[in-house]
Formats: sequence, C-alpha cells, structure tokens
Amino acid sequence: MSRALQRRENIAGYLFMLPSLIFFLGFVIIPMFICIITSLTNTNMHDPGMFGGFIGLTNFANLFQDEVFLKGLKNTFVIVIVSVPTVCAFSLWVSSAIYKLKGPLLSAFRCIFYLPVVTGSVAVTVVWKWMYDNYNGILNGVLTGTGILEKGVNWLGDPRTALWCIILILFTTSVGQPIVLYVSALGNVDQTLVEAAQVDGATDLQVFWKIKWAQMMPTTLYILVITTINSFQCFALIQLLTQGGPNHSTDTVMYYIYYTAFKLTEQAGHFGYANAMGVVLAIFIGALSAIQFKLAKEK
Amino acid sequence: MKKFLALLLAMTMVMALVACGGDPKPTEPTTPPADTQQPADADPAPADPEPAPAGASEITLWTYPIGDWGTEATVKTLTDAFTAETGIAVKVEYLAYADGDDKVNTAITAKSTPDLIMEGPERLVANWGANGYLVDLKDMFDDTDMAEINAVNEGVMNACTHTNGAIYEYPLVMTAHCMAVNLDAFKEAGADQYLNLDTHTWTTDDFIKAVEALYSHYNATVGAVFCAGQGGDQGTRALVNNLYGGTFTNAEHTQYTWDDPLNIQALEQLKSMNGIEFDASLAGGDEIAKFYQGALKMAFCWNIAQQLDPNGAKTGAEKTVTGEQIAFMSFPSQDGNSKLQGGIWGFGIFDNGDQARIDAAKQFIKFMCDSAHTVDAVQAARYFAVRNSAEGTDLSTIWADNAIMNEYTKLMPFLGDYYQVTTGWAGARTEWWNMLQEVGAGNDIAQSVANHVAAANTAAG
Amino acid sequence: MKIENPRSRAYRIFSLILLIILAFLFLFPLYWIITGAFKPAQDIYNPKPVWWPTDWVVNNFSNLFTKRTAPLFSIFGMEGPTAPAAFRWLINTVFMSVMAMILTCITAAMAGYALAKKRFAGRAIIFSLIVCAMALPKQVILIPLLKEMSALKLYDSLWAVIFPTVGWPFGVFLMKQFSESIPGEILEATRIDGASEAKTFMTVVLPMVKPGIGALAIFTFINSWNDYFMQLVMLPSGNNFTMPLGIASLQAETSIDMGLLMAGAALASVPIIVVFLMFQKYFTQGITMGAVKG
Repeated sequence: MSRALQRRENIAGYLFMLPSLIFFLGFVIIPMFICIITSLTNTNMHDPGMFGGFIGLTNFANLFQDEVFLKGLKNTFVIVIVSVPTVCAFSLWVSSAIYKLKGPLLSAFRCIFYLPVVTGSVAVTVVWKWMYDNYNGILNGVLTGTGILEKGVNWLGDPRTALWCIILILFTTSVGQPIVLYVSALGNVDQTLVEAAQVDGATDLQVFWKIKWAQMMPTTLYILVITTINSFQCFALIQLLTQGGPNHSTDTVMYYIYYTAFKLTEQAGHFGYANAMGVVLAIFIGALSAIQFKLAKEK
Repeated sequence: MKKFLALLLAMTMVMALVACGGDPKPTEPTTPPADTQQPADADPAPADPEPAPAGASEITLWTYPIGDWGTEATVKTLTDAFTAETGIAVKVEYLAYADGDDKVNTAITAKSTPDLIMEGPERLVANWGANGYLVDLKDMFDDTDMAEINAVNEGVMNACTHTNGAIYEYPLVMTAHCMAVNLDAFKEAGADQYLNLDTHTWTTDDFIKAVEALYSHYNATVGAVFCAGQGGDQGTRALVNNLYGGTFTNAEHTQYTWDDPLNIQALEQLKSMNGIEFDASLAGGDEIAKFYQGALKMAFCWNIAQQLDPNGAKTGAEKTVTGEQIAFMSFPSQDGNSKLQGGIWGFGIFDNGDQARIDAAKQFIKFMCDSAHTVDAVQAARYFAVRNSAEGTDLSTIWADNAIMNEYTKLMPFLGDYYQVTTGWAGARTEWWNMLQEVGAGNDIAQSVANHVAAANTAAG
Repeated sequence: MKIENPRSRAYRIFSLILLIILAFLFLFPLYWIITGAFKPAQDIYNPKPVWWPTDWVVNNFSNLFTKRTAPLFSIFGMEGPTAPAAFRWLINTVFMSVMAMILTCITAAMAGYALAKKRFAGRAIIFSLIVCAMALPKQVILIPLLKEMSALKLYDSLWAVIFPTVGWPFGVFLMKQFSESIPGEILEATRIDGASEAKTFMTVVLPMVKPGIGALAIFTFINSWNDYFMQLVMLPSGNNFTMPLGIASLQAETSIDMGLLMAGAALASVPIIVVFLMFQKYFTQGITMGAVKG
C-alpha cells in the first residue's frame, strides 16, 4: 500500500472510530487507568484530590490476607464456573427438544424462556425475594404443605443455600438468549451431512456429537462469552437480596468493591483498596476473555 | 435513510448538549445568576467575594424514615410552611436505612452532598461529623436552648457533641427503643401471664417461659434475632445486653466490651431456645414487617412511632394487619430493670462551602427545632420532643391527649447510656451483625464474639 | 423418512412433558408478580400460598401512586405537572434506554465498519482493548467513573448512566463482526466511482449492516432497561430515578410490603414485555444475527 493511501486509510479509520472512541476511552479506558494507578495508593474518600500517597503493592498484599475478599473471589468463581456450563447445557437440551416443533409452539417456548430476561433484573429480584421468603414464601409454603420438608428452609438466610439461590435466579435470567441462538443454529445444521451419517448407520447420539455439535461450535463459543459477561452482572441480586451475607457466603468481588467504597463502615471510602480489588478482578476477566478468544480463533 | 440518520445524529447531539448544559443540578439554586454565585460543589478556595444578596433560595434535605419524616405528604406540609415564611424552597429526598448511607457516601465522593441531613448521632456525630463533612452548630445554642434540652434529658446534648467539642447534630426528637409482643397471640398460647402490662417490664425467666409457651403452641419461629444488616441493630444489642446484664462498651466510650461473659451467656441462651431464630435474611425493618403481618409474635425492633403506626402502614395504632393487639414491652432482664437504647434524631448541615446555603439550612433547623412550628415537626416524627419548650411554646404537653404516648412515658426512665458515639462505631456495628450471622450459622459463640470484638476495638484504635 | 424407534419416541414425549413443566416454572415469577399486584394484604401475608387472589384489589397501585410524587418531566429547568413518581420513573427509563440505544447504534456502526474494513495503524491494539474490556463489570471502574462524572457535572443526571453504556465496547465488537461480511469489491467499486468515505458508509455499508444494527439496538435497549448498578450510584435524587431504582427504593423503604413491590414490578415489566411480544420476531432474528456473524 502506498504511503498516501495508508494515510488516507488512517484518517478515514480514525474519523469513523472517533465518536465511539470518545465514549470508550472517556468512560471505560481512562477510568480503568485511574483505577490501576489509585490501586497503588492509599487514596480514600476523605482526601480532596484524586490520588493519595503512593504505597506500592501494599493494597494487593493486604487483599490476599483479607478473608472476606478471598471468600468473595471464591464465590465469584463459583458463580461463573457453575452458571456458565449449566446455562449452556440446559439451553442446548431445551433447544434440541424444541427446534423441530411447529412454528407457534416453538415461538411460545422461546418466548417463555426469554421472558425473565425482559422482565428486568430488579423486578425479578423482588419477586424471588418473596418466593424465597422464610415465613410466607411460596417455596416453603409448597414444600412444607406437600410434606417434602418438615420445616421451612431459610433460603436466603442460610449460608449453605444462599449462594445457590442467587445462582438459580441468575440461571433463569440467563438461558433465554442461548436457547434462541441454539434453536437457530440447530435449524442451520447441514441436513445432507446428517442424512449421510444416518445412512452410514450412525446413532442419533453420534450424529449429534460428531456433526451437529461440531457445526454449532461458533454459536457455543459466542454463548460462552455472553453467559460469562452475564454472570458478572449479578450485583443487583446480591445487593437487593443478601447484601453479601450470611457469613459472607454470597459476597462477590463486585459487591465487595461497592461495599468497601460506600458502605458506612470504618473502612468506608477506602478507594485505593477498592480499586485494587477492581484490578484483580479485571486481570481475572481479561485472562478469561483471552482464553475464550484463543479458543474461538482455533476453531 | 441518509437524511433520517443525519437528522437523528443532529438531534441526539443537540439533546445531549441541551441536557448536559441545561439540566440544573438539584443542589444548585435555579433563580437568577446573581444568586447562583457558588454551586454547591465548587471548590471554595478561589471564593469570589461576591455578596449573597438574599441568601440561598433553595436548599436540599435528605431524610431517613424517622416516623412520618419519611412520608412525602407530611414532610411537604412542614416544608411548605417553612417556604411560606422564609421564601426558601426545600427539595427533599427520602433515604432508606437499607441503602441511605451508601447514597450519602456516594454524594460525598461526587462532592454533591445535600445541605441538610436528618438522622441520629451515630451517623451525624460519630461518622460524617467526625470526618469533617458537617458544620459545627454550636453557635445555634444559647443558654436557654441548653436549659430547655437538659430539662428533658441531660444525655442528649452530650450525644450530639463530638469529643472535639463541636456540635454536629441539632436534636429534634428522642425516644427509648423497646420491643413489642403480639398480645392476642400471647393470650392464645397462654404466655400473657409472663407479661406485666402495667409496668411493661418482664424478667429473663418470664421471657424464656413465654417463648416456650409460644413455641409449643405455634411450633414455629416466634422471635427473630435479625442480622441481615445493620438496620435496627439497637434491638438485638439491647436484647443480648439486658438478658443477663452485659455491657456493649465501657462507660467512657473508649472500648467495646461485648465479649463480656454475660453477653456470651445471653447469646448461648438465645441460640438454644426453640422459637428464637437467628435470621440472616431479615434486617430490622423486615422484622417489624413480619411482626406486623403476624408471622412473628414478638419484635425486638420497636419504639413509640411503631406503636402509634405499626409498620408505617396507617392501619391503626397498636394493631397488626389482622387487627391483633400489640403491646410494647421493655427488654427482659434478670430484675426487670432494663437499660433501654435511646434514639435521638435531628439535623446536621453538610459543609458545601457556601455560607448562604449554610445560613439557609440553619434557618430551617431553627424553624423546625426551636420555634412555634416545632410542635408539628415533633408530631410528624411521632417521638418525644428533646426539649420542654421552644421559643415560648410549651412542648411538654404536646402528647398530653394521647393515651399511648402517656403510657409509653413509663419506659422513658429506663433510658440507658447513649454509647453509639464510641469511636469506631460504624465498624463495631458491622462486626456485631456479622457476629450474629456466625452465631446463627452455628459457629463457636465465644470464639466468634472474641474475634469480632477484637476487630471492633482494632478499628476503634 | 426414517421410522422412529419406540425408545426415542418415548424420550421425545418425556422431554416434551418436562419442557411444559419447566415452561410453567419459568412463567411463574411473572404470574406471581401480576397476581401479587392485585392481592389484598391478607392473601399476601398468608403463610399458605394463595394461588389466586381471593379478591382483586387495586390499592397496591394506589399506594404506589400516592407514595411519592414528582414532576412528570423537566426540560430546560421547566417542570411538568406533578404526577405519581412512578410515571416519572417510567419516562426516565424510556428516555435513558432510547438515548443509549441511538448513541450506541450510531457510534458502534461507524467504529465497527472502520475496524473491519479500514487498515489504519493501531487497529489491532484498539481491537484487543475492546475484546478485553467487554466482560469487565462496571464495578471495577466505579470510583474513577463517579469522580469523573462529578467533575463533568453529570452526576445525578441520566447522562451519567447513558454515556458509560455507550462506551461499553460490546456494540463495536458486534458491528465489527457484521461489517466483516461486506465484500471488499463493492467498497472498492464505490471508491473508484469517486464516492466520498461518508457516502460509501451511508449508501453501501449501512444498508448491508442494517440487521446488525437492529440486533444491537435490541441488546442495548434491554440492557439499559435492566441495568441497575450505574443508576444506583449515579442517580441519588428521586426526580432522576428509573424504574429499577424506584422499585429498589420501595423495597428499601417499605421492607417487605410485597403487594406494593409487586405493583411496582408489574409496572416496570409489563410495558417491556408487551413491546417484546409485539416485536418478538425481530428480537429472535436480531439475537440470532448477532451470533451467526459473531
């Protein structure tokens, strides 16, 4: 390419990028930079300026001795590790069961599974709060009424169940999109390949894994990405249902950042420390995305 | 298509500009530029010596739900009266205990704090005041004011004053926090024999027997040691401390002492009782609601405002949603002579660096807390006035025709030490509910208590 | 057609039954919101589940509407008539979601095209930044963003929520994937015809990525409608509340007045569900488009 042409490409490219870059740099990248810098300082709410004194990696050293943070990190991990595969598996199963159905029936099912997404996270959260309620929630009402449980379970108040309750809600609000995607991917599978395999005597299961699954790989990767993004958006659930309790069993890094920054505790407004958590979380997520995209490239 | 897109783009740009530039920030006065000489969040350093002609024309008040100070219709009547007299408009935001503190801290970070905030000393004095965000209100108190307040209770001014001598809260109302029982349910279970409804007191033994009777009748949780968060924690603290006479802090307010063996004994007792559940899914407000709905038969987060209007639901004084009778009780203790937690509510002023707004905010405080209008302000809160008279208006008799209020005065002598201003208070209460969660989950009680008291004391320094 | 063996037939019937049960479970929260909104207090507080309101009442809604009031709108410092705050919340939410949607579509369509088709310097770096930032939860940059908004005097305005949504790079990523499929020859031909870059974009690129813009519009709209966190941090005053914030504040204040909360939840979710059902076909198309190309 000639230099003049390259210059033209550069100018045109940047002009097209400009509007987007203003927002992206201004409201994502610059704050991220400030976050990284302040994570090395002892900035707090009570300082007037943006940056406090430089303290090196002290915040990070403290973080990994902070039991609550480690619990939060573990819970964040559990949420992602549990919800991503289950969402994928469940939506794959639902789609393979419904994609051959008649039009209206198919769209009815698709709609129903998509409804929790459009209902809105806060509306969904408050209704689940009621359903989980220890005293007049429907879950305990049904389970004790039918004699399955002798005594109601304090779903959100018991450290053993609280996180799973959160994951369940997250699950219902996550499967809608993957189902829609898988249904269309299954419909697009090359039928001649399937028939050829059947003629060769392949079982249904073999057809599924060897042909359909392979052809749907790009869809699966895309679903992995959006479900992972989704799993990190569980802040509303935690803030409105458990506030990280009981016993920090539902604390996530995302919630703990908010907690450290703004809850009225002695450590309130410890921004350097909160930003250090943000950096750790960003590194984890960056690594996760990198792996996913490497996988995507290989396919 | 092209035209349409271009138009759309132009429209968005214009709207963006308009909305950014044109949206008046709520904390900024909206009247002529002469008045807007200093936006609330401007850096006060290069202060233009511009004169403030008529003072601020609008102030903002953030209020927690203190009685009807959380009800828009009631507050509007009060602020309208103020605006009519002074010409200063008041913009009110209603905070909730669940996330109000976060909102205030966020606003501090964004340098957009309100002018006035209504809450108690544990936030105003021990936290925002101590951290230098509030204005010292000492110049608002003369000897008459002090005398009027001290005539009701000598501890009030002490609680509103920081150890550095600054007064960060102008008190309006006060009460003693107590507990409540569902009298009809107690009668049905035959547990009302343990209540002394004349003195509203009972002993630890009475309490234990009552819970046993209730549990054997209902076979369900009848009282919840709620610990989802800090909301209403005065109730759980008073319950645990009074049961066997433990303390929460030392008398000098320098150290947390709830690792007292008497408190551990109380926690072990509560943990062992059928019918009492450590419930980490409820905070104070939820517990009140559950009690009001009839699920719980006793509430540990109660006071006179609740007694007058249970759950703030306006369905009748002293009645649950289904019309069952509610009786307020002191917390049980071995001799029945409990120490109740006090609540003191009033106003603080955030220092936004604008004298005109601070003066306007002071005018507001004077109007609400020390004038002929104080009667309305106090009655809106449904608590007792902190002073016996305000600028010649007698406040000692404002509830005289209210039988429930009169009956409740029996509890006021039990008012204990206002220890919520101990250093490190915000951290200590966090430790407290986290500790209750651990106890509820079955952790070793003595160990758990020791850990959390140690953490609270470390934070207190 | 192959004859189905009895085992797979049994499996199909079994899975259909299971699906129907699951469908009911997924519908249940919505059913519970709507019936709950019309239940009288004694039904709501009943420890035994009340499946159908014993009496349909509207006082949950009247409580919701009388609890808080706000001017219906405010533009240029002028305020509309005082109305129940819930309506203001709804207006704010619609405004916020539509604005975020429009701005995102415009900026992302342009940027996606540039990333896919323009070989400008630094393109690889920008793209990898975009990929890395995609999954980043907003809590990570919470504090710097708050300070930034305060410095820009945007704190406590809806723009403080809209701008970071527009900045979120998922849209650019999606539009890049779409623009990849524009044949280079067509672009080349337009250039030889002497069309300007802007004209090429308007007349050639935009029509070809239109389905992608549709998909992105739907995504952005639903995401900002459902967002809660940024609103919680950026919008303290009641006049700027959105529907999610409004319901959350009701929950915080009334603790568990479930009837009132369900009325709020119904008000927040029913409009968007109606929109969804009306445009259902486009929703599913849009979602699928995003993946096929992506």
